[in-house]
Amino acid sequence: MKPAPFEYAAPRDLDEALDVLAEHGDDARVLAGGQSLVRMMNARQVSPAVVVDINRVRGLDALGVTNDNGSSTLSLGATVRQRTSELSGDVAAHAPLLAEAGAHVAHAPVRARGTVVGSVAFADPSAELPAALLALDGLVKIRSRAAERTVAADDFFTGPFRTALAADEMVVGVEVPVTAGRSGSAFVELTRRQGDLPVCGAAAVVGLGDDGRVAQARVALCGAHQRPVRVPAVESAVVGADEPSPFTEAAARAADGLDPVPSCHGSADFRRHLARVLTARALSTAFARATSPKETTHA
Amino acid sequence: MPDKVRIRITVNGTRHDLLTEPRTLLADLLRGDLALPGTHLGCEQGVCGACTVLVDDVATRSCLVFAAQLDGSSVRTVESLAGADGTLHPIQQAFTQEHGLQCGFCTPGMLMGACELLERVPEPDREDVEEALGGNLCRCTGYQNIVRSVCAAGRLMADEKTEQSGVRA
Repeated sequence: MKPAPFEYAAPRDLDEALDVLAEHGDDARVLAGGQSLVRMMNARQVSPAVVVDINRVRGLDALGVTNDNGSSTLSLGATVRQRTSELSGDVAAHAPLLAEAGAHVAHAPVRARGTVVGSVAFADPSAELPAALLALDGLVKIRSRAAERTVAADDFFTGPFRTALAADEMVVGVEVPVTAGRSGSAFVELTRRQGDLPVCGAAAVVGLGDDGRVAQARVALCGAHQRPVRVPAVESAVVGADEPSPFTEAAARAADGLDPVPSCHGSADFRRHLARVLTARALSTAFARATSPKETTHA
Repeated sequence: MPDKVRIRITVNGTRHDLLTEPRTLLADLLRGDLALPGTHLGCEQGVCGACTVLVDDVATRSCLVFAAQLDGSSVRTVESLAGADGTLHPIQQAFTQEHGLQCGFCTPGMLMGACELLERVPEPDREDVEEALGGNLCRCTGYQNIVRSVCAAGRLMADEKTEQSGVRA
């Protein structure tokens, strides 16, 4: 046995889980898929006194589209597996970027247990799914025993493996707004080996106006900064484009102001270079998918 | 010491009712408590795939799951493949014929990953195998023979099925 001893709680409903977090705070860890937590516990990088297994909590495995006052939202609960999201018809129809980025995460047996929300809550600055959520303008749903709040993904990620989550809080789901109109998305990354964390990755969503020009764009990067990050300078620079050639010039600004975490897999300069190259590629592919209706269905 | 957890778990068709420490990994439960050492532990951090078993028919890293999480689940390990008389499963036959192993350390994980794939995709092509076993490391074979073995296993199993239905007809 590798992990240090801990108390195991397997609540059946959310309030019970939140009670445990309220009581133990930082000494407790939430266990969903466990594909990062158990690894870290095996290495004793973390040794929580209490592990709250939320896999039996009713309702957290919900994945679907809800309509509220005319606006639609795709929501994924905290125990929705990455593999489920990757293969979901709702995700394919309304947030294909999430499926495309998700297919790059580790390998099938890891994705079969690992959760989308778990990856978001873990906030690895190199991970694919947090960047995808950012590019989709996603929201993070948070609960504690005392309160409920919703935080924009951009405000949720605060640093390497750091988030806006307080010790007594838990992420109960993520939401992505469902938009009408012509749009396309793309996720591209560079990895040393398939299934590894990317050295750098770029997620892009491009929405077209009635005139066929880019009406809005969102670009998010992983592996390029202390946290998954949006690049608004690039986003605004591509508005109005009606063909892909301006993307490369706009993407030249993708690394401005970024502070990549260097590692043996890539220096800070190499990561800045990749941020520019991958941003241009993601934008071009997203634009091509937006302009070719056939491609958008499985983009 | 924290309280032990009671789990009811089916392993290779046998039901067990056990008390275990919460920190017991599935891999350690199988190898230690249940004396099934066929499941190998390589990296113990989810990278190498040697410890892959099927949990409710899904290929799972047994080093990244606590046994306590699996109350009510059904687990299959490499020991479930061969018949009681030692007859090799078609997947094992194919690995033997196509030289899909050398030292054999990664083989239990390869076999169980292949087992899940073949239940989902009866006659997989090269790409299906690469996708299913991409997370399983092998330091001996260079992988080519493993891919060939899994594809051959699919054909063997299809042939067996045809033979069986032929006998019935």
